[in-house]
Formats: sequence, C-alpha cells, structure tokens
Amino acid sequence: MLLFVVSIATFAIFFLVPRLAGMSADDLASRYVGKAANAQVIHDTAIRLGFNDPVIVQYGRFVKGIFVGVDRNYGPGVEHCPAPCLGYSYVSQNPVLPDILNRLPITLSMALGAAVVWVIFGVATGVVSALRRGSFFDRLSMGIALAGVSLPIFFTGIVSLAIFRDQLGLVGDVADWVPFSEDPLTWANNLILPWVTLAFLYAAGYARLTRAGMLETMSEDYIRTARAKGLAERAVVLKHGLRATLTPVLTMFGLDLGLLLGGAVLTESTFSLPGIGKYAVDAISNNDLPQVMGVTLIAAAFIILANLIVDMLYAVVDPRVRLA
Amino acid sequence: MSPFLDVKDLKIHFPTDDGLVKSVDGVTFSLERGKTLGIVGESGSGKSVTSLGILGLHKGRGANISGEIWLDGEELVGASQEHVRGLRGKKMAMIFQDPLSAMHPFYTVGDQIIEAYRIHNKVSKAVAKKHAIDMLGRVGIPEPGRRVDSYPHEFSGGMRQRAMIAMALSCDPELLIADEPTTALDVTVQAQILDLMRDLQREFDSALIIITHDLGVVAELSDDILVMYGGKCIEFGSADDIFYRPEHPYTWGLLGSMPRLDREPTERLLPIKGSPPSLINVPPGCAFHPRCPYAERTGDKARTEAPALAETEGGHLVRCHMAPAERRALWENEIKPVLETP
Amino acid sequence: MTEPQTQPATQTATRTARQGEPLLSVRDMEKHFPVTQGLFKRQVGAVKAVDGISFDVYKGETLGLVGESGCGKSTTGRLVTRLLEPTGGQVMFEGRDITHMSQGRLRPLRRDMQMIFQDPYSSLNPRHTVGAIVGAPFRIQGVQTDNGVKKAVQDLLELVGLNPEHYNRYPHEFSGGQRQRIGIARTLALKPKLIIADEPVSALDVSIQAQVVNLLEDLQNELDLTYVVIAHDLSVVRHISDRVAVMYLGKIVEIADRKSLYATPMHPYTNALLSAVPVPDPRGRAGRERIRLTGDVPSPLNPPPACRFHTRCWKAQEICKKVEPPLAELAGGHRVACHFPENAPGSPDTPAAGKDEPVTA
Repeated sequence: MLLFVVSIATFAIFFLVPRLAGMSADDLASRYVGKAANAQVIHDTAIRLGFNDPVIVQYGRFVKGIFVGVDRNYGPGVEHCPAPCLGYSYVSQNPVLPDILNRLPITLSMALGAAVVWVIFGVATGVVSALRRGSFFDRLSMGIALAGVSLPIFFTGIVSLAIFRDQLGLVGDVADWVPFSEDPLTWANNLILPWVTLAFLYAAGYARLTRAGMLETMSEDYIRTARAKGLAERAVVLKHGLRATLTPVLTMFGLDLGLLLGGAVLTESTFSLPGIGKYAVDAISNNDLPQVMGVTLIAAAFIILANLIVDMLYAVVDPRVRLA
Repeated sequence: MSPFLDVKDLKIHFPTDDGLVKSVDGVTFSLERGKTLGIVGESGSGKSVTSLGILGLHKGRGANISGEIWLDGEELVGASQEHVRGLRGKKMAMIFQDPLSAMHPFYTVGDQIIEAYRIHNKVSKAVAKKHAIDMLGRVGIPEPGRRVDSYPHEFSGGMRQRAMIAMALSCDPELLIADEPTTALDVTVQAQILDLMRDLQREFDSALIIITHDLGVVAELSDDILVMYGGKCIEFGSADDIFYRPEHPYTWGLLGSMPRLDREPTERLLPIKGSPPSLINVPPGCAFHPRCPYAERTGDKARTEAPALAETEGGHLVRCHMAPAERRALWENEIKPVLETP
Repeated sequence: MTEPQTQPATQTATRTARQGEPLLSVRDMEKHFPVTQGLFKRQVGAVKAVDGISFDVYKGETLGLVGESGCGKSTTGRLVTRLLEPTGGQVMFEGRDITHMSQGRLRPLRRDMQMIFQDPYSSLNPRHTVGAIVGAPFRIQGVQTDNGVKKAVQDLLELVGLNPEHYNRYPHEFSGGQRQRIGIARTLALKPKLIIADEPVSALDVSIQAQVVNLLEDLQNELDLTYVVIAHDLSVVRHISDRVAVMYLGKIVEIADRKSLYATPMHPYTNALLSAVPVPDPRGRAGRERIRLTGDVPSPLNPPPACRFHTRCWKAQEICKKVEPPLAELAGGHRVACHFPENAPGSPDTPAAGKDEPVTA
C-alpha cells in the first residue's frame, strides 16, 4: 500500500511537476549541460536522455533503473548505472544513491542516539508522572513536556549551541562529523547537542503518551490481580503496567524513527550536520529533481522498514496479535 | 478463642472532589476456617470495597480506613503495607469477576501462576511450572501440561475462571475471597465453577468469602450471609436466618424482587421502590428509609437517627429501628405469606 | 429444513390472546456470517449464528428466548427487527414478507416493531436531553402529535414511571433503572405492536430488575403489546413469558408453553440449564442432584454435526451424531428436537429436572 503511494509520489515529482511548472524537455536538458550550451546542444541532450519520450516510457526507464540498472548515454560514451539506480544529479552529475548512502551514517548516528535518549527519558518521566499523578513532579515534568512539544528545534538548537558550544565550550563543533569507528568519544561529543535537543522535542510526546497509557493501564483489573498476588509494587508497575503500555509507544517510535532517518531536515540544518536531511534541503534549493526523488524514495523506504519492524515487534509484545 | 477472620466496624472512606465517599461505613462480621460467608448487595453497596480492604488493596489516593481486621490473630488495618503485601496471595487470595480482564493479556496463564507461586516460595522456574501444571489439573483443566503455555484469550470463559482459581490457590491460602466469581459466566458453566469452589474449599479447608448480587449463588455456598446496603452491614446471620427468618425490610425486598424457579410463578414481583443511594449522598438516619415501606412506623427516628447493628438472637445481627418482635411479626404475617404463596 | 411448515408452531392455543394469524412468523431463518482469510478475503467458513429456526409470535403474548452466550438469541432479535438481513428463510410481520425488504420500505414498519437493549447507558446519547431522546422517534418518523411533541414525551415519561418534569435532564443524571425506563419510553413513543427486548434487565440491580419487569408487564396489559424477550436468566424468562424457546448453537431445541417447559422439560439441554440455576433455598441444596454438563458451548464456527448437543449430552447415542433430530411436537404445543427426550408422554422417565443419571464431571 505504502509502496503504491511512494510510486505515485515519485512519478509526480519527476515527471509531472516539471510539466505542470511549464518546463519543456529542453529546459530539463539544459540543467544537465550547463548554462553556456547553445540550443542545439541542449536539444540533442534532451533527446539523448530521453526527455522527449512519453512520460510513461521515462517512468518505466526510471523504475527499470531501480530494479535492474540502466545505461546512460552522457554524450562522449555510455555509462552503466547499476541497480538500484536512482539517476544522476543535475548539478554534480554524480549518481544519486552513493551520495545519499555516504550521508546515511551521519543521520543514523543522530537519529538513533536521540532515540535512545528520548525513549529512556520520555518513558521514565511518563511512568513516574502517572504513578504520582497530581504531584509536583508530575506538574513540573508535564509543564516541561509541553514546552518541549511547543518549542521548535531551530529555537532550542540555536539556543543550546550558543550556550554549550559558544559560551561554555563544553561540546565540540557539531558540523565536524567524525565516524564512530574512528573516535567514539569525539563522535558522541559532537553529536550530544543534536541528540539532546531532538530528544527534548520527542521525549515530551513520549512522556505524555506513556503517562496517559500508564494511567489507563494501572486501573486495569489485571493490575489489581497482580497486587492481590502480593507482588511488590515495583514489579507491578514495570512487569505488568509498563509492558501493556508499551504497545502504543512502540507504534509511535517506529513512525518517528522512520521519519527521522528519512531526513531530520530542521535538525540537520540547524546544526549544519551533513546528513540526509541537509542533502534534501540542498536538493530542493537547487531544483535538483533526481536528488529530490532519491531522497523521497529512501525516506519512504525507511518508513516502510520501520513499520515492518514495528509490526513484527507487535507480535512479540502482544500475543493476541499473533493469531490475527 | 477468637475467630479466624474477625472484622469489626470497618470503614473505608474516599475523599473526592464531590465529597467524602463512604464506600464502607461500618461492617462487622467474623468467619471460621472451612466456612463460607456470602456478602450480598446491589451495586454501590460497598461489598467489593470491603473485600479489597481486607486484602489491603483499597488503594486510591488518601483512602481513610478505620476499624479492625483480625486475621488469624493478627491485626491488618494498623499493619505495615509491606507486611500485608507478604500475606496477600499467600495467606489470603482473591478471585475476580471477569477473568478475561483480570488476567494479564500478554503473559501465558502458566507464567501468571508461576509468578504468583514464586512471590512467596523460593523455588526455581521449573519447579514452579510443575506446580502450575498441577494446579491447573486440580481445577479441572484438561491437558494442563499443554494449556499451561496458552494465553488467557485462548481459553474459554469457564476455563479462564478455573485458571484464575488455580492462580489464587497456588500458595494454599487460608482465606479466599471471590468477588462475583460467576457473574460473567453462562449458567451451566457457573454451576461447574460453584461445584469446583465447593470441592476445593473442602479440600483446602480455607475460609471463603463469596461476594455476589445473586441470592441463588449465595444460597448454594454460604454458611453465613452478610447483607450490605449503602456501605453498611444491615443484616448478618446464618443462611437459615437470612432466607427463612430475615428481619430487615431491605432483605425482604431483595427476596421479593427475585423471580424464583423453585416456586410457582407469582403474578407480580414485589420490588423495592426507588434506587440504591449514591455513596456520596447517603440519606441521613437509616440509609434505607426513603425506600422502606415501614419507615413511618418509627416516625422521625428513621430520618434523624442511624440505627445500630444489634443482635436479635443467636448471632443474627440486624440494623433496624423497629423492635425485633415487630419485625418478626411483620415477616410472619405480611411478608412470608406473600412470598411463599403458590 | 426439519420442521414441517404446514403446521403452525402452536396448534393448541391455551391463551385467549393467541388466535388468528401470528403477528410475527419466522420460518427456517438463517444468518451465516462469512469468515474470510487472507489478502483476497477468501471465504473459509461461516459462523452459523442462526441456523434455520422457525417460530410464531401471536398478538398479546410474550415469547421468551433463552440460551447461553453464542446460541444466537441476540442475532435472532436483530434479524426479526431487520437490523440484520437474514441469509436464508423467511420473516413475516403481519403477513408481510420483510426478509429482504429494503431499509426504505422498512421504515414505516419500524413504527410497529421496536427494540429495547441491554445496556441502558450506551444506548442513550449522552449529549441529548431525555426530551430529545424520547421525542426523536416522532421527528424521525414525522409523526404529528395532538398537543405537540413535548406533551407527548411527558405523557410517555409518566407512563413509564418517570417524573415528566425531568424532560430537560441528561441521561447521566439518572440511575440505571431510570435509564432503562427512558429507553422503554422511547420505544413506546410510536405505539409499536411488537417489542423485541434483548436482555432488558440483566444490567440492572436485583431490586430494579423487578421494577422494570413489572413495568414491562403493566405496559403489555395497558397497551396490548406483544413481546419477544431475549434473556439468559431462566427465572426472569419464566416470570415474564407465556411461551419459551430454548436455543443452542443457532437452533431452537425446545419450544413450549411456559408451564410445560419448566415443569416437564424434554430436551436434555433444557433439563441441564434448569438444574444449573442456583436456587435461593439453602436447606434444599443438600438434597439437590445437579446435572453437570462438561465443557463449554462449542464454537458456532464449527458446530458438531447432526444434533449439536451430542458432544455434551449424557444421553447421546450413535444416531445423535448422524441424524439431526427434527423439532417435533410431542405434547400439546410442546416441541422438542431430541432423539431421546426426557419427560415425554408415554415414556417411563420421571419428571422433575436432574433426577436421572447426573453426569460426573
């Protein structure tokens, strides 16, 4: 189902958008050959790259590229773009996919690290708030949570950068990306700000969700049963209460993580992290359609993957799902 | 020699935004090992909260509990929460109404019994599992070795209630409280479960409290019966006292409200007028007076003065302003003939 | 089907009310819910919720429909009021075939045929006043009332024993019993001829149950109503019904006058049901021998073949697994679907439930 939506979307971006925007085949081709080229060269390029073919044929070629790879006639010779081929950038002429894959570790580091932080803090805050409903802690944490949800990342991000990096010098320059395999400490030090600011935004939602879920779960009959067995309150909360609350949290987590991996546009821009989100922003500002489409496809793939994993985890968490 | 379970003037009040909810407001009874007490009442009569109070499960923010609960020579109202927790599941256990919602949907039936057993017995998982299979077999679940790994939703209603009973009995409790144990079940399955509870009680020689709105279920199992109304115990006596010599007008009303299969059908049922009181707004004086057909007989007292729970004879307690002789005359001359005419 | 259709279900009318054409007549009614599987919704089976039942309801009488969960009694109620469409058989109301009638054509008939539900709370819209709820049928059906809707509603409230001045209150301000009265008032608004009551009192407290049962009886006498009462409580059904049908797994296994069904139950299942009811008589409990049925009701997805009760029946023989017993009339107005009925006239069986061969669990 999602696959179908993605195909429609890519189709729209690549082939309908330029036409709706009034761009002719030659206009498209001119983006490949540069500004200096004369009309004849542009026209030849358009023919060579197949921009004059019917839309459906072009789309077929694009899909073929993804599954089996295509040959591209770039003028002086023919270049083979192996599957999965997402086409070539208008601007850099580089194939799109390797570019995106190179940036993946950055986005992955940022998203997963933030996810760990927000799940731990969000769920823990939610549980404690639910258990002490109406207490000072509950009201304080829910107030902070509200702030977390309402403050945009470019605000918290810039403020935290100004304080922790510029004023206090506690953290490294975020934009300096160091792979984990080279220097884990610097890696973490450079990423800690994006993690925390991103987690602040997300943890708030998780805290509220967990709190609401726990409040509901703790009034369930089976919680009373667990207490009637003489189970210690701690075990009642963690083993019986939290377990049942995690299902909706898991759903939200899958979607959030999928979305983030597809490009945390605002976060990466705020911290100048050269990840997939930044790539997407650059692609859009350059009107680089193959890049835009590549990012779209990759983002969609992450969401589908995340959903798939969530569905499988569901069956692990809730035995009732296994039958259905 | 004090009784095994002795509850004296138990009160459990919950402060809420709308006022003080007096869920339990003066309950007194006692129960011996091997005996069964039936607690009867309508919704909001406080019967369930009474049982939760005994187990120390009345939780909720700022519940005020007062009175005394003596279990086997130990006072529980003043005992520490941790101490009462240690008794729960081991010395006293509980069976709940709806076994589907009362069992955790994510854990197997076996896991839940194993957990209950291992809280109070330091044994390995394997030993506990053997015990769980043994318990499932004893409550009449076929193929217990296989069913131990099933989830609650894979059981039928009757099987779930059996599993619930197995869980409650896993630590061999001396006091078992069953809160509406058969209300969610079909009548043929209810009969099976009642039989099972009777057999198991004999086998374990435990004290049993059965809480229900169904006078038939109470009559099947109980030695003694406690009738509750508006959070108060309004009548307590042997099963014979309650069914053949009831003295409280509310008990008469319950008996008259109930169509019976063992008698010729009457033309009309004899309901109690009005509805049960809300626990926030219990009528002053005798809580039952707005619905009582005999309230006039005691004049203003019914509205102004709360009647005390007083013994009429041989452990039969009644909370009513009318004199015992007057009540008995009413029962013999007015109520009984109407209830029992063919 | 097994039932001879030429014979009306009640030849020997014992009540004066029961005469002439039946108000509601059901023949071989079926409702199979398809069970599908996989991406293409391939049908892999059917839940036979109601599987060929026939009965008549005569003007002014009350037919009780009893059975355990999953027996199809509630589905039957929804089928005869056409909230569901039967997948087979025929439903006649006042001589008209309504089995597959479109909702549009059914609409005028809805005035004559109303339903009372179990849960008095969830069947009332919490955002509407009592006046709006009880008056809704007038507006929906476009009925003109003599002195305006408000007066009509207040009359109805009074009829069911509620204070007419509570017209502007909301459902949550009423107790459970009062809410059920509101539901009944709404049902009565359009002066129906037939009322299907699905577990009308099972959600209520004992003392309130009796009030509502009495109310239903008073209304029947006053307004000449006909009831089909669906319930699992055998005592309530006995109290309120003139005739009683016992259902098991989508079939009627026994149907008879109240008196003869409860005094001389013939189907083993009816006997088991009656003997399972706890009796509020502590002195009698020692001497009472109970028929213990083993196990639960089988799934209606895969009901046992032939006689559906044979898996739990202590009298079952080979024939019960092979031949479905017809619903045959063994005594005046007493029909039973069993190869080896109890209490049958001419058989040596002693009456009274539960005396013969209790099955040990």
